[in-house]
Amino acid sequence: MIIEHPLLGPRDAAEFTYLGDAAMIDRPDWQSGDAIREFHDYLYLRDNPAGEHRELWFHEQGDRSWLVVTRNTTTHEITKVELARDTALASGRHR
Amino acid sequence: MNYSGFRVFWEGLTGNAGWKPAWRDPDPRAEYDIVIVGGGGHGLATAYYLAKEFGQRNIAVVEKGWIGSGNVGRNTTIVRSNYLLPGNEPFYEFSLKLWEGLEQDFNFNAMVSQRGIVNLYHSDAQRDAFARRGNAMRLAGADAVLLDQDGIRELCPFLDFDNARFPIRGGLWQPRGGTVRHDAVAWGYARGADKNGVDILQNCEVTGFQIDNGVCKGVETSRGKIRAKKVAVCVAGSSSRVMERAGMRLPIESHVLQAFVTEGLKPIIPGVITFGAGHFYVSQSDKGGLVFGGDIDGYNTYAQRGNLPVVEDVCEGGMAIMPMIGRARVLRMWGGVVDMSMDGSPFIDKTAIEGLYFNGGWCYGGFKATPASGYCYAHLIARGEPHPVAVDYRLDRFRHGAMIDEKGAGAQPNLH
Amino acid sequence: MQKVTRCVQPRRTKVMVESTFRLDAAGRVDRSHKLAFKFNDRKYVGYAGDTLASALLANGVSIVGRSFKYHRPRGIMSAGIEETNAIVQLLGDAEEPNVTATTLPLYEGLEARSVNAWPSVNVDVGSINNFFHRFIPAGFYYKTFMWPGNRWDWYGRAIRKVAGWGTAPRKPAGGRYEHRYHHCDVLVVGAGPTGLAAALSAGRSGARVLLVDNQTEAGGGLLGSSAVIDGSPAIAWVADSVQEIDAMPNVVRLAEASATGYYDQNYLTILERRPDKSWVKERLWKVRARQVVLATGAIERPLTFADNDRPGVMLASAASNYCLRFGVMPGRTAVVFTNNNGSYQHALELADSGIEVKAIVDLRAQADAGACAALAARNIEILPRSRIARVKGAGRVSAVDVISSNGGNKRRRIRCDLLAVSGGWNPNVQLHSQSGGRPEYNADIASFVPGTSPQDEMSAGACRGQFRLSTCLEEGRDAGLRAASACGFDECDEGIALPACSPEPDLDILATWEVTLPKKSSRAFLDFNNDVTSKDIRLAVREGYRSVELVKRYTTAGMGIDQGKTGNVNIIGLLAEITDTAPGSVGTTSFRPAYSPISFGAMAGTDSTDLIMPWRRTPVTDWFIANGGHLDETGALFRRPLFIAKPGETAGDAINREALAVRNGVGIYDGTPLGKISIKGPDTVTFLDRVYTNSWGKLPVGRCKFGYMLHDDGRLLDDGVTFRLSEDHYLMSTGSGVAEVVLKHLEKLLHCEWPDLDVYLTPVTDQWAVLCVCGPKAREVMLAANTDIDVSREAFKFLDTRFCRVAGIDARVSRVTYTGELSFEIVVASRHGRRLWDALLSAGEKYDITPVGSDTSMLLRTEKAFIAAGLEGDGYANIHDVGMGWVVADDKTDFIGKRSTMRDLNIGGPRPEIVGLLPTEKDFVPSKGSPIIDTDTADEAQRMIGMVTIGFHSPNLNRSIALAQLRDGRSRMGDTVTLFTKKRLATAQVCNPVFIDPDGERMRS
Repeated sequence: MIIEHPLLGPRDAAEFTYLGDAAMIDRPDWQSGDAIREFHDYLYLRDNPAGEHRELWFHEQGDRSWLVVTRNTTTHEITKVELARDTALASGRHR
Repeated sequence: MNYSGFRVFWEGLTGNAGWKPAWRDPDPRAEYDIVIVGGGGHGLATAYYLAKEFGQRNIAVVEKGWIGSGNVGRNTTIVRSNYLLPGNEPFYEFSLKLWEGLEQDFNFNAMVSQRGIVNLYHSDAQRDAFARRGNAMRLAGADAVLLDQDGIRELCPFLDFDNARFPIRGGLWQPRGGTVRHDAVAWGYARGADKNGVDILQNCEVTGFQIDNGVCKGVETSRGKIRAKKVAVCVAGSSSRVMERAGMRLPIESHVLQAFVTEGLKPIIPGVITFGAGHFYVSQSDKGGLVFGGDIDGYNTYAQRGNLPVVEDVCEGGMAIMPMIGRARVLRMWGGVVDMSMDGSPFIDKTAIEGLYFNGGWCYGGFKATPASGYCYAHLIARGEPHPVAVDYRLDRFRHGAMIDEKGAGAQPNLH
Repeated sequence: MQKVTRCVQPRRTKVMVESTFRLDAAGRVDRSHKLAFKFNDRKYVGYAGDTLASALLANGVSIVGRSFKYHRPRGIMSAGIEETNAIVQLLGDAEEPNVTATTLPLYEGLEARSVNAWPSVNVDVGSINNFFHRFIPAGFYYKTFMWPGNRWDWYGRAIRKVAGWGTAPRKPAGGRYEHRYHHCDVLVVGAGPTGLAAALSAGRSGARVLLVDNQTEAGGGLLGSSAVIDGSPAIAWVADSVQEIDAMPNVVRLAEASATGYYDQNYLTILERRPDKSWVKERLWKVRARQVVLATGAIERPLTFADNDRPGVMLASAASNYCLRFGVMPGRTAVVFTNNNGSYQHALELADSGIEVKAIVDLRAQADAGACAALAARNIEILPRSRIARVKGAGRVSAVDVISSNGGNKRRRIRCDLLAVSGGWNPNVQLHSQSGGRPEYNADIASFVPGTSPQDEMSAGACRGQFRLSTCLEEGRDAGLRAASACGFDECDEGIALPACSPEPDLDILATWEVTLPKKSSRAFLDFNNDVTSKDIRLAVREGYRSVELVKRYTTAGMGIDQGKTGNVNIIGLLAEITDTAPGSVGTTSFRPAYSPISFGAMAGTDSTDLIMPWRRTPVTDWFIANGGHLDETGALFRRPLFIAKPGETAGDAINREALAVRNGVGIYDGTPLGKISIKGPDTVTFLDRVYTNSWGKLPVGRCKFGYMLHDDGRLLDDGVTFRLSEDHYLMSTGSGVAEVVLKHLEKLLHCEWPDLDVYLTPVTDQWAVLCVCGPKAREVMLAANTDIDVSREAFKFLDTRFCRVAGIDARVSRVTYTGELSFEIVVASRHGRRLWDALLSAGEKYDITPVGSDTSMLLRTEKAFIAAGLEGDGYANIHDVGMGWVVADDKTDFIGKRSTMRDLNIGGPRPEIVGLLPTEKDFVPSKGSPIIDTDTADEAQRMIGMVTIGFHSPNLNRSIALAQLRDGRSRMGDTVTLFTKKRLATAQVCNPVFIDPDGERMRS
């Protein structure tokens, strides 16, 4: 597979390692009353869709950025690639 | 119709005209006691044991395509019980014992070939880890022998012992491990289940569940609605897709595992060999092809196709321990979608929906578990209680911190 | 008609079969260049340009192999990659199993033999199976060999011996395999007329083109054809085209290069055999193409009729190919058996090559009217509505029996030694299917053609079901132009000028899946390689294996060495006929790589032997190698010494000596592999607070602190010491095995979850050499090494870190320990590491400084119960289990993993806790991984209550000791527990795990 790196252009997926669903960005609030359950769902449950999937890839043998890749899990077609940092900032991840 | 050498001889004399269908092709009935979703190895085994061991008579297996079209027909055919953790080892040993009597049990030769499995080690640390595992196996009644280099030399003289990047120091040998003809497992269970009255409904895709006030009352299929007192799902790589129709999210990701076979060769590999410093395992089929595989590709996918880096990685592993196979040629490679769980261990459990059961999360190791998975699932469905060797395979184990993580790799499926 | 000549025998060979089937002029072989070769121990000669198959045919060898199951004699059936019968073992230095004789270029000294035949291919004991064939139909083995129970091995051993084809060589291949990356605009697969036209057109547009073809020379089907282009033999057009292509700087052309795999996003593997460099055995091209043009042609398929596998039965196109390309007659007297118009041309070509073609047996009612006059002129009889009922001759076709429905179904015997057959043509849609496309059935050609592919790929010519030469050229040109234009090269809108081609009739095929069998016992083969007959397919369907996949798996049809290239469509067609459906709805199975088999070596490339995962060294590794260091893999690809043995010492001796030295004198240890991450930025403390379980706000500059890092799920990720080097510069040390994992974990948190934190991470593991001087006399050694700071206990406290010079080298020295002794950890730039090592050794000489290996280090930390990740903290244990609960800050708000450690099983119920063990027998050392068992319970799952994580003979205590995980261990102090060991049960007393210096006086001294 080829991943269109937002900074580096097209790179071979072999340079990357894969983490999983991009929902891993959305760490629950540890102060929530239901934190233990929320952390369970966050850590262990997955949508695992057949079709479009937003997922985290790490350019481990490249510039070491984390990317949010939108990829179809039935065809492997990649439609969107963003820097995870941008996604995280946009979703208000700063505490 | 009973299969035997005599029957084969008799049919040969009479032009092989008397062979009957191995299973019926019935139309779905409106209602069953138990509907099993998924006509793979585990589903068919479950139906077989429900009917044969647990006295259930009114059972259907519904399958989207043709029976055995999933991972039971796409794996590298290895059976073994060399597990470490107490939640796993007794289960897999139970499975291996069922394999040992299977042919007679379901009157179909699945070619259970116990030529041993050896996990090579290449360092002291690995030897220690295997010693730990071997002890756990022996405690659970399995067989395990920790061999040194001479022991391995005797078993597999063709390996590259000294010149290799990872010199072979020894291995953990399970003599009762081996291989089984994978397709025959599905067919044997299908035939056995059919003989015991189970309806096998092929080309029958489940499109939804009938759930009423938290009680599952049947399934909707491409061949109409089927009512059922109990619905038992075991669909491996499709687990998340199917259970989503019952509104459930699972601790599972779907990944692709590739497998490979070479052209036929005269016997060379005695049993199953695994490389300890990379991902490579190999055995030789009865037809002579080297059947081998390695790691999963490592990303979520439902496409039954893998990519090149893993292919290279696997072949490198092969070259690392037996460079003389450099000239043997890979004939065919294929991929199967596996249901990777969050701790690398499976689930055999009830769900929060009454009457709906789930069996899955077998990762890349479901084949060897087929008999025990079927037996324990049948036990759970028929008796309402988990079988003693499968009590830990709970869906809610992560809520309590009761992970069964053989590799100690944590909540990341592609690391297991 | 051409005259047949006899080949001159070279003098040095004694036994030489006359080359009686060679034509004296035709073909592309070089008759001036003779090549001697051996097949099945007999010597033969052929010519340069021959394949092994053509040379064998020229020498009149008819039986080249035996079939898999029935051991029926088999002859050469095709002239290409689809061959399923002529499978040979190449011998000598080039030993290689399962080579298809039809694709193997002949070379001087070639030696090969048939596989799967004993004692010889002509007299094969295994052929007894053929006699018993009725007892061994498809799937018979699933129904027998079950008695007595669980004895399949007993049968299997015998069966395995007779199964399999060639023999894997026992030695590694000489030469090397290499990989090459290649990027191009347009990849054209196949250099037949379509591919050449495509490559020419795309090349002229200026696009970067890669043209690959699996034959030794370009031309494809035109190499063995009598076609005419622009009034000249087609081969002249091929030569002109190749010349132009090879002159284009933007086009690369590879011969003997097969496209084997088609992966995501137009990523293809091309296997090049015998490439330009003599030391390269095979080269795997990994190609990224913006556009792919598939011009892979089509393969003729046989007809399914009784005894269609006799030696002498050959595909019609192959027979013609042998005449025209190799100048070899595959027989002298031929009958052609067909269901389509394509074979008429082949019949003419055979006749014009000197073969007596007696008849064309045509299954159809209407023959190709256009060819009738030409056939009549050559005395070739046309028998419409006719079929072959029987093929006579065991070792070679001697006659065929023909039944014509026009002639009242009477049998007529025609003598011949060649039966050229054609059941139609199968477009090579394999790569299209691999790309994700779904082939569709096309009734006009009774075969499958490409559907749509999700990738940037197009098929052209024969692989799209277009068999006419003029159409192929046109489609090739258009595809080449379209592909180039899609890459932005649309200046050249003409491509090549389309030449005039000789006219060709329509295929006009009568789909025929099985020719009526004359007898119940007759067998017609579908998969020649696996010996699958039409009866096997019928049996499978009768037994309920109705899906095409089930049929294939049950009968093994289409799973032979050719992967169904010849048989697949016939199998699907027959299945459709039996189940009364259309072939299109039976569907085709998905094709998988490899299109043609690919060697392990080629796939692995140069990543074999030492290059698989090169191991890592430290500046001291060479010293260890030279001085008795026993190196072993210790994680993160480092090889470190487990101990450094003096001459005559055993491992135990060496470890004891080293351990005593550290406790009583001084030792030196190479800790370079320790992971190191430099952390800078104003938010570093906030960051450390979140990733470690303890608080970091109060750490002064020049001090360090132990930290415990968890995964999100609460398990131990790493433990180690982090130093504060300056106001906002910290250095984190990690376990060597997890250095990469920790860095990745920290980077992920910063990038994905806390992008607002101003923190920068740099991995510096390899930049710094770490040498650790440890033991009561360590301070003396530091002084002797001219350390230029005050190293006294008061001035340089435990957990201090200082910049200074040691032995004249800029260094950072820290008072940290993994042995529990007075220790100085000296960090210098890697390039000075060896110099420092030597300086410390000489400074410590009078204190008998002792280099220490990692096994010794492990023993020393065991005596102190310092937790080792991977042993005590083994991926199952939580922070409290390993007795490290004190590292969890009470006041701290949150840290990674906090919530997970609060799940019920982590806070309530029995946990595996770390304890010490004193074995009852002082000499008995429990080995790592020995279970601790509860002898009172019979329940297997409950029996194991713990496990030894490490055991040693401690020379300092002069007895054996061990650490263990034990269920509720801390409440069992003083209890006696039972250990399950390899040979017997042993007992041990549970004790505090810290065996030496429980108050830590020594390390603070």
